Amino acid sequence: MSEVQTVDNMISITIDGTEFKAKEGEYILNAARANDIFIPAICYLTRCSPTLACRICLVEADGKQVYACNAKVKEGMEITVDTPNILEERRAIMEVYDVNHPLQCGVCDKSGECELQNYTLELGVDSQSYMIPDTKRETTNWSSVLHYDAGLCIVCERCTTVCKDMIGDSAITTVKRGGAELDKSYKDSMPKDAYSMWNKLQKSVIAPSNGTGETNCSDCGECAAVCPVGALVSRDFVYTSNAWDLKRVPAVAAHSSDGAQIYYEVKPTSIEDRTEKIYRVTNEWNYVSLDGSARFAYDFQNTTASKDEVAFDSAVEALKKAETIRFNSMITNEEALMLQTLKEKMGVKLYNPEVKAFQTFLNYYEAASGNSLWTTDTDTIMKNSDFVIAIGCALRNDAPAMKYAFNNVQKLNKGAGLYFHPVGDTLIPTFGKTVEVFNHKVGLEEAALYLVLDLFADKEKLPEDVKSYIDSFKKSETKTIKEKEVKTVKEMVLNEETGEEEEVSKKVTEMVDKEITVVTNGLVDLLGGDASKFDAAFEKMMKKKESFSMMLGEDLYYHNKAENIAKLVALVEATCDIDVVMTPPKSNALGVALLCELDEAQSGYTVGYNENGDFKLSALGTGDLDMPAMNQQEGTLTSMNKRVLPTNAAVEYNGYELNDLMKALVGAPELTIDWTEQLPTDRGFKAIAFDDLPNSFENDGTDNRGYRLETSNVETELPEVEKCDEDAVLDGEIAYRCNPARQFNDFTDKSHEIFETFSLYASTAKAESLGDKVEVVFDNGSITLDVVADEKITGDIVKVPDFKAAEGVYDLFGASRYKTVTLRKV
Amino acid sequence: MSLEQFKNRNVGVQSYKTLDVGTTPETGMEKFTQVVKRSVKGELFVGLWVVMKRMLQALFQNDMHTVKYPFEKLPISPRYRAIHEMLRLLESGHYRCIGCGLCEKICISNCIAMETRYDENQRKEVTEYTINFGRCIFCGYCAEVCPELAIVHGPRYENASEQRASFSLFEDMLTPIDKLNLQQEYDGFGAVSPNADNNIKQTPLAY
Ligand code: SF4
Ligand code: SF4
Ligand code: SF4
Ligand code: SF4
Ligand code: FES
Repeated sequence: MSEVQTVDNMISITIDGTEFKAKEGEYILNAARANDIFIPAICYLTRCSPTLACRICLVEADGKQVYACNAKVKEGMEITVDTPNILEERRAIMEVYDVNHPLQCGVCDKSGECELQNYTLELGVDSQSYMIPDTKRETTNWSSVLHYDAGLCIVCERCTTVCKDMIGDSAITTVKRGGAELDKSYKDSMPKDAYSMWNKLQKSVIAPSNGTGETNCSDCGECAAVCPVGALVSRDFVYTSNAWDLKRVPAVAAHSSDGAQIYYEVKPTSIEDRTEKIYRVTNEWNYVSLDGSARFAYDFQNTTASKDEVAFDSAVEALKKAETIRFNSMITNEEALMLQTLKEKMGVKLYNPEVKAFQTFLNYYEAASGNSLWTTDTDTIMKNSDFVIAIGCALRNDAPAMKYAFNNVQKLNKGAGLYFHPVGDTLIPTFGKTVEVFNHKVGLEEAALYLVLDLFADKEKLPEDVKSYIDSFKKSETKTIKEKEVKTVKEMVLNEETGEEEEVSKKVTEMVDKEITVVTNGLVDLLGGDASKFDAAFEKMMKKKESFSMMLGEDLYYHNKAENIAKLVALVEATCDIDVVMTPPKSNALGVALLCELDEAQSGYTVGYNENGDFKLSALGTGDLDMPAMNQQEGTLTSMNKRVLPTNAAVEYNGYELNDLMKALVGAPELTIDWTEQLPTDRGFKAIAFDDLPNSFENDGTDNRGYRLETSNVETELPEVEKCDEDAVLDGEIAYRCNPARQFNDFTDKSHEIFETFSLYASTAKAESLGDKVEVVFDNGSITLDVVADEKITGDIVKVPDFKAAEGVYDLFGASRYKTVTLRKV
Repeated sequence: MSLEQFKNRNVGVQSYKTLDVGTTPETGMEKFTQVVKRSVKGELFVGLWVVMKRMLQALFQNDMHTVKYPFEKLPISPRYRAIHEMLRLLESGHYRCIGCGLCEKICISNCIAMETRYDENQRKEVTEYTINFGRCIFCGYCAEVCPELAIVHGPRYENASEQRASFSLFEDMLTPIDKLNLQQEYDGFGAVSPNADNNIKQTPLAY
């Protein structure tokens, strides 16, 4: 339900005498920003709830002082940004922030891009009127990536807010500082808001919310990104470079399919080695939030590459005789188009186990629904949706952007959520009070969709057989319950005064048995919920809900009933008011799915591109011919949000590219990016040259990067769906193909700030029972892995990662993400 | 400084002596007389005698009036901007540079490079620092911007080298630790002005 900006929901406001249009219900601050008006603000983060920590955003609206980040615009509102009183407040606030702030800009990592520096200058603070004894505040490391210098912290709470409202981990919080009390006389002598800001500031610092000193969180680094000062910095980056020395290269996060906007920040490696190195990754954090892989898996470039002509010639030979090219989704649209061209011109098979199932699912979905692609995206969900349903997606691991959207809807849109997944995740229920989690048995994804139909479908529209199938789960039971009943009893009582018997009526409460009919929803029970409680809970969830969306994940593509599931999804869209978004499994899976005709299996002589093969093209530096890694090449990626996004080369590359091989084989244009214009328009791409692609956000947060894929919609009949196959349920020891958060592929693994190992991940209890090391035996092979306890997992299903292509985990799992296995201790 | 003041180069108390150069001859006769006078006066021999006297003094009395460069050097003004020196703190002997990178940033010939890291004492350590004197134009910006008076221009003005590029490393420029007592406080470009105390505003720092 993309919001159409009609004239209706735009209103007029006046800021400093000039009239502007603003969206109804928007905060004054956002309305001003959208119109390019500057209002000072420190603690507010777009897309998160206002915390009112800094109070510097004071403005006057219709004669009253309000906080711009927290007050909504009204038709005809007259706003003044600066009044003498407000300027006095703001200056006092900045003076307070500077009280006891260490004079260490000289070494501080934030210097040059520090909001405290900026606002101190902006408001011309050149003297100090306030004082208080300082408190010793220690510098600590919160995790393998987070470094917190409490001395620099201005307790703006941006870090805690983003962690709670966006990331969902709520891993940090404000705790007591134990500092001195403010001098009483300040209460009367200083500006009011500055005083209350100071009062709160003086009482708190930030610390991990579990009390252990360690955050134990997703290590996304978003808190460090939003910190306005040098208090929160990545451990690896501390004191290694000044902000102004780094050159920003705009790019797209390479590993997950989120398509998050990033900047690679580069400068020469050292005094001796002047080749550029990536020092860190930053983002436009007001508009986009990164996960750990996007922020910390950046140094995966291929450094060994040189123009090795012998290798190049043998690569040409290998490709000439190849029967199959095996590749994955770490590939740009342009390269995918090249491979497809090879297929067309040379008849080679394209094998991609990461994307094949997804592509097939998309085809099923298109056939059943008439939509060429899913109907919503995570940005729209965050903006509009107030009810989200997630099915078949390990939110925390597969699709960080979906996890953020799911959480953000709960926190900001007063939303509710249903989460269907066989593996328990302790984090999901903490997203909101009205989140219901179904940890159903493996194989019951169809049942989950039937429950969605039952709960949300317009029953008129549903086909008869579906309706009766759903009804067949409803069991009416007659239950005998005890009920209180008040009866009036008449008694003859002897009146002691008169000695006569009198009739008196008395009220007595009696417990009586009563028969009632309860309709229990068998689907809820089947999915592992509690049907007796669910109805009431659901009623609460549905209160004041208007916009519904559903997130679908990889479990559904790798499912032996994938076709039926796709049809059910189409049916949900046709009969319920629900929009759908799907997770492309990894990186550029969507681009590959749209551009390449993939084959079922590999055969004969195989050339692997970042994958196993008889001849290996590899950007990892381990193959027979070197290729550029994603941070060494220009090109476009297709994201979960259906956008084609340009990415740029951040570090130097000296070897051959796929385009050079194409030139030798079938002829190709001069540069890889010359292919961008040729991306097929019948698949939704546009004939726009790479250099003409825009790459920015608008001031109001509108994503203007690249372009949106054209999608089409054909009217179709309601699909015929099959019943849920309850026999397909897996029992026994189950392994789930799932990576630890932050790991996606060999490239994330290569990066030095990603520490998650290639191990078996299990709940604490399960890990204990398994010991240190196990052999996971599949029916077609086995793999031996160390056991790692992940305290966020619940249940008995173990997770086997697939991020190392050489381990061949995709081959072990085949067409499903879940397999019954034998776990043998070693 | 206003423009007028800036343009007025006649600053300071002047102590010039005017030489008695006589009058310039005007007519032909005057000129002729001057030539004849000078020819018979034997001034040439006066000059030769002076030279001879100095030579004999230098040879036999060791009374030399020129500077024996490169064995001797004239003292140089503290404002002269020659090869950089990195100073140390007098009390602790630790190098003064905090690694702020301002000199690197301000350098207009882009010849300063540095590397820093987070050390075991939670401080910023300058692990390496170089200046390429082949490119340095001795403008003095680095010394002026340095907040710690760590980088200063020293009096070493011999900067000929065999190659175009000539890198000096941190330890080349740093005051040797055993010569710390000889380290001079710099009062050239970028040093604290004599009236600096008057420019500081008091803050209510009572603790
Ligand atoms: S946080 Fe900002 S103001 Fe504070 S020391 Fe760092 S750069 Fe300076
Ligand atoms: S650590 Fe940074 S973001 Fe967090 S409260 Fe302190 S200053 Fe704000
Ligand atoms: S003197 Fe000028 S050119 Fe030389 S290092 Fe300093 S700033 Fe750079
Ligand atoms: S300006 Fe001074 S303190 Fe800063 S890096 Fe240069 S020498 Fe060091
Ligand atoms: S930005 Fe509004 S209170 Fe901080």
